[in-house]
Amino acid sequence: MTLLKSREAILALAILLLLALIATRFPGFVAPANLARVLTDTSPLILLALGQMAVILTKCIDLSIAANLALCGMIAALMNGAGVPLPLILLAVIALGAVLGAVNGLLVWKLGIPSIVVTLGTMTIYRGTIFLLTGGAWINAHQMSAGFKAFPRMMIAGLPVMTWIALAIVAAVAILMTRTALGRAFYAVGGNPHAAVYAGISVGRTQFLAFVLAGALAGLTGYLWVARYAVAYVDIAGGFELDVVAACVIGGIAIAGGSGSVAGCVMGALFLGIIKNALPVVGISPFWQMAISGAAILIAIAFNATSQRERGRIILKQAVHRT
Amino acid sequence: MQPRSGVVDGAAPPVLSLRGIVKSFPGVRALGGVQLDLYPGQVTALVGENGAGKSTIVKILTGIYQPDEGQILIDGTEVHFPTAEAAGRAGVTAIHQETVLFDELTVAENIFIGHAPCTRWGLIDRREMRARAAGILDSIGADLDPGVRLRDLSIASRHLVAIARALSIDARVVIMDEPTAALSHKEIAELYELVEKLRAQGRAILFISHKFDEIFRIADRWTVFRDGQFVGQGAITDVTEAELVRMMVGRAVDQIYPKRPARIGPPALVVAGYCHPTEFEDINFTLHQGEILGFYGLVGAGRSEVMQALFGITRPSRGACRIGDDVRVIRSTAQAVGAGIVYVPEDRGRQGAVKGLPIYQNVTLPSLARTSRAGFLRLAEEFSLARDYTQRLDLRAASLDQDVALLSGGNQQKVVIAKWLATRPRVIILDEPTKGIDIGSKAAVHAFMSELAGQGLAVIMVSSEIPEVLGMSDRVIVMREGRIAAEFRDDAMTPENLVRAAVGINGAAA
Amino acid sequence: MTSATGRRIPDRLTTPAARALKSWEALLLVVAVAIFVLNSLASPYFLDPWNLSDASFNFTEKAMIAFAMAMLIIAGEIDLSVGAIIALASTVMGAAAAAGAGTPVLVALGLATGLACGAFNGMLVARFGLPSIVVTIGTMSLFRGISYIVLGDGAYTAYPASFAWFGQGYVWWVITVELVIFALAALAFGILLHRTNFGRMVYAIGNNATAARFSGIRVEKIRFILFLLTGLMSGIAAICLTSRLGSTRPSIASGFELEVVTIVVLGGVSILGGSGSILGVALAALVMGLVTFGLGLLNVPGIVMSIIVGLLLIAVIALPRLWTMLSRR
Repeated sequence: MTLLKSREAILALAILLLLALIATRFPGFVAPANLARVLTDTSPLILLALGQMAVILTKCIDLSIAANLALCGMIAALMNGAGVPLPLILLAVIALGAVLGAVNGLLVWKLGIPSIVVTLGTMTIYRGTIFLLTGGAWINAHQMSAGFKAFPRMMIAGLPVMTWIALAIVAAVAILMTRTALGRAFYAVGGNPHAAVYAGISVGRTQFLAFVLAGALAGLTGYLWVARYAVAYVDIAGGFELDVVAACVIGGIAIAGGSGSVAGCVMGALFLGIIKNALPVVGISPFWQMAISGAAILIAIAFNATSQRERGRIILKQAVHRT
Repeated sequence: MQPRSGVVDGAAPPVLSLRGIVKSFPGVRALGGVQLDLYPGQVTALVGENGAGKSTIVKILTGIYQPDEGQILIDGTEVHFPTAEAAGRAGVTAIHQETVLFDELTVAENIFIGHAPCTRWGLIDRREMRARAAGILDSIGADLDPGVRLRDLSIASRHLVAIARALSIDARVVIMDEPTAALSHKEIAELYELVEKLRAQGRAILFISHKFDEIFRIADRWTVFRDGQFVGQGAITDVTEAELVRMMVGRAVDQIYPKRPARIGPPALVVAGYCHPTEFEDINFTLHQGEILGFYGLVGAGRSEVMQALFGITRPSRGACRIGDDVRVIRSTAQAVGAGIVYVPEDRGRQGAVKGLPIYQNVTLPSLARTSRAGFLRLAEEFSLARDYTQRLDLRAASLDQDVALLSGGNQQKVVIAKWLATRPRVIILDEPTKGIDIGSKAAVHAFMSELAGQGLAVIMVSSEIPEVLGMSDRVIVMREGRIAAEFRDDAMTPENLVRAAVGINGAAA
Repeated sequence: MTSATGRRIPDRLTTPAARALKSWEALLLVVAVAIFVLNSLASPYFLDPWNLSDASFNFTEKAMIAFAMAMLIIAGEIDLSVGAIIALASTVMGAAAAAGAGTPVLVALGLATGLACGAFNGMLVARFGLPSIVVTIGTMSLFRGISYIVLGDGAYTAYPASFAWFGQGYVWWVITVELVIFALAALAFGILLHRTNFGRMVYAIGNNATAARFSGIRVEKIRFILFLLTGLMSGIAAICLTSRLGSTRPSIASGFELEVVTIVVLGGVSILGGSGSILGVALAALVMGLVTFGLGLLNVPGIVMSIIVGLLLIAVIALPRLWTMLSRR
């Protein structure tokens, strides 16, 4: 029954348990309309987590992903203020996000600088650039066009556009990961970088593409965030990169690279999203959220470790039957 | 076990030729203008010590490295392999020494990684991939499900996947780099059959091995490299083992196994009832001062596991050992060293030497308590200790301050041995001490082991090479599947006895 | 071959002095001097001793932690929870102060909290073998989360007057208490890393933990101690910072961990482990302090400063590699 033991199954069970727990106190939480709202609210986290997943798979990490989101979001708002039509804005933010990701990727690929150092630097550079562009000024709701703000919230078949976008991207990334050469290369490079070279895969180029993907997703999410919350300023999504890493860890993406699934990643994000939305409802002060996230991460890591622990070589014949 | 008739058809031109290949790395010239010819339907054995340039030439042939000078010719036309993919497309494939597989991918994905069949939309055609994978696995007699993830397979099955991967390209040149190093006898026989099949299909095979019995059994031609230079080539029927060795080393090497008189003293180590839940069971033996006790067995028999438990890397679930007069259970490496047991590991690069640290720091690492004062380092004492022991082992290095990573395999091994001798141990365990070491250093290590035993140390030698085991040991213990299968001494120490015990009764693999 | 008349190899080929000249630390020293000169040319206020003394607060607290963090990173681990440890230690001290505790008790509590947090990290990483980067991302949220639970959006401000000595006191003329603590920490860690068995073993573990274990080194014990040290220094930094600000908010020391890692990496410590020096870290802290102070004098806003620090970090690591790449062509 490997299905039952699979990481994803256990995570799904944990989420169901969590929902059941919340429902005992506040049944309204698990009403479909509310669950849809939670899903919509968690969409930015899901999108960024998918990008981070690609990066972590290749044995890297992207700490600049939230700053990327913020910068692209601000630029989207600025473009909107200058009258640029929405479709162009969407293309522009995705392209810009990809470029910002490419900068990370190039430094890692061509100069061999460890990704934690690169993204530590670009994190502050990207966010600081927002200040350079606006002098610290905010762009508020009344400065944004109606179409700009309304698009993510437009309802289609019961779900807002933002959620549909997230679902579409989940499907697209899932296909990328399992059915394309690039996707398999992500796993190969992270699982055994030495062997990947022998298989003709360029480790650096694969890592570069992972950063571009993460950046593009961050750019898109930047627009969605700014449009949905109808505000843009220097500090939006501050600290979000840690939530994103947490979602990946809880979702079973190994920090050492080479393993993890899209389903797990999405569920990890949902897990955090449910907690965040449930706290006020259940009557726990939102100040508990950080500590609970932290505890969830630690439990997830401990769980990851025990399930991946290598048993000693099995040599004795009885041992094979015993274990 | 008939040697090949070695009829070489001089008429057919070589499929692949290398001419004047030069390759240098910072500080070392790996290849200084070598040549190589591979003929269709023939097995060419490439022979040479470690550092002769064999693995470099394999990497050049498979596009991992680019030569600095020289030509690669296929059917007489010059080609270039800028990437591994290019080599594959030209029809060159290799079964490498190291693992080049991915745990998280399935068998089919592993076989086709880098060149998976695609559908019209650019997505991987999984059905086609599975079908082709199943076909290849069938042809090598592997009963594996292509959809299974690699991490759920055993070591032997993984090896089959590696072979399947090499065969997934319709290759004209198949390179096998020490392919039988980690195989059981049954698997080795199956590999020989595969080589026959490939040869019958007209492919050119480059077979790299240091086992002469194997070379003389399956090769048609030989080529010798020494120190990055081409020394000679020819038909296997025209050469003897002694001549090959002379070409490899540049001089006649006899007395690789200096047999010296044994003066066996009182017991130094008594192991009683060592058990581990998954690795070994019921291990009992006695080791005497001045004795060299050989441990023979197939790969995976559990010998290293027992030694690592004795050294405190892992903990036995039961059992104790008596060293000198104390009885104890060793729970950590620090305790083992304190008790006078030291272990020279098989994986010298990962477990033996700390690359990044200079030679003298490697040598003093377990002995810091002695060289330091109140926890503070005393460099003069450290250099003195390092000087003493590296001199005894005739270490070849530019200075004691040099990074140990820059040394050759043989010299790194000397540093590891020096490190442990400096702790003045009672028992020294050497795990495959001459694996991957050139013949010259091999002889040196053997002579040194004899001297250690002569000085009263108790020596355990784990080895998979029968000549080495029989030549060096006073007694041999054979392990099989986690248990001690037999113990031999004096006249009973014969190759047949050892192999039978290692494999199971009547030669059948248990 | 095995007799004592074997080949005699020289101890060293280059003298330590020769290598020192070409080292990263020498580069940092040159950079520090250059920035000092630039700053004094750029602003008349720079060379004022009292201003310089004020400037030292830019780096002293972070540098204290950076020394311990450097040893941890050299050993191949990382601790991203140091800012959160400060927050928690500060919260504990604030709560005690609000309950009327005196300065000695507060100091003891600050140190104890730091040690306890360090022990928690150490247990998870060393004892249970969990990867330190994600463990400390988790404890980062946990520790600071606890501060948020306790304080919400409030603050502790009722610290006893004597407590202010740590962060606001002077030992002599312009030399602050924090500067002295910084100097003592530099000395202590310098000796620990470069002159003791412990330090040697840290380098061995960072280069090859498996081989270190196979050489009889108690790898887990050393890792645990390193996390304890990081926790302790975070506790000391918490005391200094809280005492200097005179108040505690749960958001105190936000972003500290990344600035500390920046100082460590700028100091020439490889993020992959196995190499680096305390002198380099001290110089890097000085450079960072000079840069931020100089920029502050020019009225550059904090967030723009962080852009410059980010650029500096990448440039400092990238340029040597670019140089090697281009010179090889």
